[in-house]
Amino acid sequence: MSIGKKNHPPCWLDWLLERFCAPHLWEEVQGDLHERHQLRSKRTSKQKADWLYFRDTISYLRLSIFKRTDSPKPILTDMLRNHLTIALRNLTRNKTYSVINIGGLAVGMVVAMLIGLWIYDELSYDTYHPNYEHIAQVMDTRTFNGESTTSDLGAIPLANELRTKYANHFEHVSLVWKNYTHVLAVGDKKVAQSGVWTQPEFPEMLGLHMIKGSRGALKDPSSVLITNSLSKALFGEKDPLGQIIRIDNMAEVKVAGVFEDLPKNSTFYETKLFLAWDKAVSTFGGGVKEAQADWDYRNWRIFVQLKEGTDIHTVNNIVKHIAQPHIKEGKEEILLYPMSQWHLYNQFENGQVAGGRIQFVWMFGIIGVFVLLLACINFMNLSTARSEKRAKEVGIRKAIGSVRTQLIGQFLSESVLISFLALVLALAFLWISLPFFNQIAYKEIHITWASISFWTIILGFTVLTGLLAGSYPAFYLSSFETIKVLKGALQIGRLATLPRKALVVTQFTVSVTLIIGTIIVYQQIQFAKDRSVGYNREGLILIHMNTPELYDTPYNFLRSQLLLTGAVKDMARSSDPTTDVSYIEKNISWKGKDPSLVPLLGSFAVTHDYGNTLGWQIKEGRDFSREFPTDTGSVIINEAAAKLMGLKHPVGEHLSSPGQPDRIITGVVKDMIVTSPYQATMPMLYMLEYKWSNFIMVRLSPSLSAHEALERIEPVFKKINPGSEFDYTFVDEEYAHKFSDEERIANLATIFTTLSIFLSCLGLFGLASFMAEQRIKEIGIRKVLGASVFSLWQLLSKDFVLLVSVAFLIAVPVSWYFSNSWLQQYEYRTSIAWWVFIASGAGALLITLLTISFQTLKAASRNPIKSLRTE
Amino acid sequence: MRRSDLGEFEEIVLLTVAVLTPNAYSVVIAEELEAQTGHTVTTGAVHAALQRLEDKGLVNSQMGEATAERGGRRKRLFTVTVAGSRVLHEVQAVRDRLWQRILPNALPKIDLA
Repeated sequence: MSIGKKNHPPCWLDWLLERFCAPHLWEEVQGDLHERHQLRSKRTSKQKADWLYFRDTISYLRLSIFKRTDSPKPILTDMLRNHLTIALRNLTRNKTYSVINIGGLAVGMVVAMLIGLWIYDELSYDTYHPNYEHIAQVMDTRTFNGESTTSDLGAIPLANELRTKYANHFEHVSLVWKNYTHVLAVGDKKVAQSGVWTQPEFPEMLGLHMIKGSRGALKDPSSVLITNSLSKALFGEKDPLGQIIRIDNMAEVKVAGVFEDLPKNSTFYETKLFLAWDKAVSTFGGGVKEAQADWDYRNWRIFVQLKEGTDIHTVNNIVKHIAQPHIKEGKEEILLYPMSQWHLYNQFENGQVAGGRIQFVWMFGIIGVFVLLLACINFMNLSTARSEKRAKEVGIRKAIGSVRTQLIGQFLSESVLISFLALVLALAFLWISLPFFNQIAYKEIHITWASISFWTIILGFTVLTGLLAGSYPAFYLSSFETIKVLKGALQIGRLATLPRKALVVTQFTVSVTLIIGTIIVYQQIQFAKDRSVGYNREGLILIHMNTPELYDTPYNFLRSQLLLTGAVKDMARSSDPTTDVSYIEKNISWKGKDPSLVPLLGSFAVTHDYGNTLGWQIKEGRDFSREFPTDTGSVIINEAAAKLMGLKHPVGEHLSSPGQPDRIITGVVKDMIVTSPYQATMPMLYMLEYKWSNFIMVRLSPSLSAHEALERIEPVFKKINPGSEFDYTFVDEEYAHKFSDEERIANLATIFTTLSIFLSCLGLFGLASFMAEQRIKEIGIRKVLGASVFSLWQLLSKDFVLLVSVAFLIAVPVSWYFSNSWLQQYEYRTSIAWWVFIASGAGALLITLLTISFQTLKAASRNPIKSLRTE
Repeated sequence: MRRSDLGEFEEIVLLTVAVLTPNAYSVVIAEELEAQTGHTVTTGAVHAALQRLEDKGLVNSQMGEATAERGGRRKRLFTVTVAGSRVLHEVQAVRDRLWQRILPNALPKIDLA
C-alpha cells in the first residue's frame, strides 16, 4: 500500500522538518509522523489529520532534535591530530634522526636565546636610572697638532659656567670625582669599597632607589649614602641611619641614606658609596681650590640632567665652544654625551664617536642568527634527504585524495611539532647553562619566566623556526607526482640535490669563517700579551696611599723597615700605578722643537729606587742616583719620547716648561707599556719628586713565595698604618685586567664557534647516514665485483670533501675581510698569517672526514649478501 | 537511579513500552496513551520522553523494519532494560505500600461506575 497523493500530508511541513531535524534522527521522525498521519486520516477528516500533523511536527521543535550529536568535529583539528600522530610515529621510528634533529635545533635555539638575552642586557644598559633619557656626561675633546683626543674629564669652571649661565637648559649639573677605593672603618670592622665624591644633586639625577633616608642628604657635607649590601656588611641588621663611618682613616661621615644596589648593567655598578664633594675639599683638598678658575685643570667628571623637553642637539650646539675662549692653546670642544650612548658607543677617535661595544652586539647578533640558521639547515637537509623514504607515503596520501595544501599542512605541522619539542629541550638547556654563561660574560642575566613578552617572543620564534625549517621539505615533498612515486620511478636528479648541497656549503662557510675569526681574535690577544712590557711584573705589588699615615711615614724609614724583613728586594713610590697615567704635560719644549708642535708627554713622579724596583732597562745615560744631588732637577725619558723629540743624543739636553726650572735628561729607558697594550707606547717623562707620590710599589724577594713574603711585610704596614687593612694589588693582575674585555669576547666566540661546528657535523652525520643507506645496493654490487672498503670509503666521502672545499674557498675572503676590519681598531695588531686559513681549512676537512667516516665505513664494510638479498 | 529522576510522563511512557513490547515505538505509544487518557498526545512529546529514557539507560532501542505507511522509512523499536524494569517495580512497590496504608473511609467516596 502506498500513500496516495490525496492522503499526503502538507509537503512544506516535511520540508521544514528536513531543515531542522538532525540527519541521524530524520528517518524515524519522518516515518513516525507519516504513519500517524495515515492512521488519523483513516479515523477522521483530512483537515483534522493535517492540523494534527502540523501540531506533531511543531512538537519536534526541541533541542534534542536539533542537536547533531553524531556529526563529525571540524576537519581541521582532526587532520592536525592525524598529522601529529604520524609525526610522532615517524620520530619514534627513526631514533637517530630524531635525536639529531631535535637536539640540533635545541642547541641552535639555546645559542640564539643566550645571545638574545645578552643583546637585550647590553641594550638595556643604564635604563635602570629613571632619568635615563635626560642625563648626559660632558665630554671634552682637545685638539693639538691636528690630533684630537676625547676625555670624560672636565674642569671645575666649565661645570660652574654650565650651571650658572646656561641654567635654563639644565635641571641639574654635578661634578663627580673618579671612582676610588676607600677604606671604611666601623669600630674594628674594615672594608675597602669603591666610591665617589659628588655634589648633592647627583644621587637625585641617578634616581637612586632609597631604602632609608633621602637622596638629597649630601647637602650636609658630613653625610654618606651607601648601598644596601654595604649597609648589611657594615651594620648587619642594625639601623644604619646616623651611624658613623671613618673614611680612609681621615674623616668621619654619618650614614644619611641607604639605597638599593645598582644593577650590574649600570655604569655606576662599581660605585658603592656617595660622599659629599665639600667634605673632600675640606679634608684633603684634592686640588679643588687651585682648580676653581683653571680651565686647563681637567680632573673631574661633569654630569648634567637636561630639562624636560630640551633637545640635546640644540643644547650641544649652544655649549660646544664655551671653553674655547678660556684655554691657552689648542682647540677645545664640549659634547653632551647622552646616557643611552655611554655603554655601547664608548670609543672616540679624532673627536668623533667610533663605535665600541656596539660592534660586539652586532657581531654576536649575526653569530646568533647564523647558528640558528645552521640548525634550520640541518633540519631541512635531513628532511629532504629522507624524502625518498616518505615518497610512498606522499603518493598514497595523494591517491586517497589529499590535496597539495593538506600535504604542506602535514609537513609544516610536523616541523612545528619538532621545533616545540626542541624548545622544551632548549629551555632546559638554557636554565642549566645560564649561570655559566653569566660567569663567562660577566653578566647578571635573569630569565623573566613570568613575563608575557618573553613567552610571546619565544613562542613566536619557535613557530617561525618550525615554519622556516619545514618550508622547503613541505613544498618539495608535496610536489611529487602520485603515479611516479607509487611506481617507484621517482628519480631525484641532480637538480634536487643541488639545494641540499648549497645548504651544506652555507653551513661550512659559516663554520670555517667562525673558526678563522676566533683564531685571529686569540692571536691578537696573544700578540698583545707577548708584547714586551719593558719590566718584570712578577712579585710586584702596589699599595694605594689612601691614608694620612701612609703619607706621613718617612720614605727612608719605611723602605729600611721593609728591607729588614728580608722579604723585599726594593721599594719605591710613584705618582701613578705602573699600569696607568693620569697627568699629561703639554708645555714641554726643547732645543730644536717645532714651535707648532704640542707634545703630549705622560708624566710620572718617582723616587730614586723606582728604576731598581720596577726593573726598567736603561738604554742610554744612567738611572737616578743619590750620589748626584743634582738629580732632583733631572728627568728620564723613554724611547718613544726621544723619538717624539727627534733627539739623536738626548742625554744632557734641557727640557723647559714655563714657570719651572729646566730639567736635564740623564737617561733614556726602554719603552714600557703604561696604558693599553693595544696602543703605541706613550712618550713618558720620569721625574724625581717625592711629594707627589700616591702609590707605594714593592718588589717581593724572588727567593720567597708571594704568600710568605706578604705575611712578613704585613706587620710593617700594620704598624705604620694601624687604622686600615693591608690593602695591595699585584701589578700582573692589574695588567691582566687590560685583556679582560677581549678575552671575554674570545671565550664567547669560542663557545659559539664550537657549537656551530658541532651543529654542522651533526647535520653531516645524519646526511651521510642517509646517503649511505640510499646507495646500499650500489655498494653491495660494487663489493661483490671486488671493490675494497677503502675505495668505497673514498667513493662516499668524495662528495662531502668537495662541498667542504667549496665552503672553504668562500670562507677565506669573507673571514679575511671581517677579521681585517676588526684588527684595524688596534694600533698594535698582529698580521693575519696565511697558515691560519690553511689550518682552519684542514681542520674543517678533518672534522668532516671523521664525522662521515663512521657512516661510510659502516656502509662499506656491511655484508653485501644482506643488502642485496632484500626484495 | 533516584526515583525523582523519572518524570510522571516518562514513567507512563516507560510503562507503555513494557505493555507494547515487542512492538513499542513512538506512534503506537502515542496512540495507546491517547486511547488510555483521552488527551491528544503528540509524537514529538513521546519521542523526547523516549530519548530521555534511553539516555538514562531505562530503555534500549534498535531500528525495526520499514512499512509503506511510513513512506518506506524504518521505525525505532524500544524495549525496557533491566534498570528500567527495576525502576518500574520500585515505583509500583511504593504506590502499593501507600495504597495499602490508606484507612477505609479515608478517601471520600466516588462513584467509579
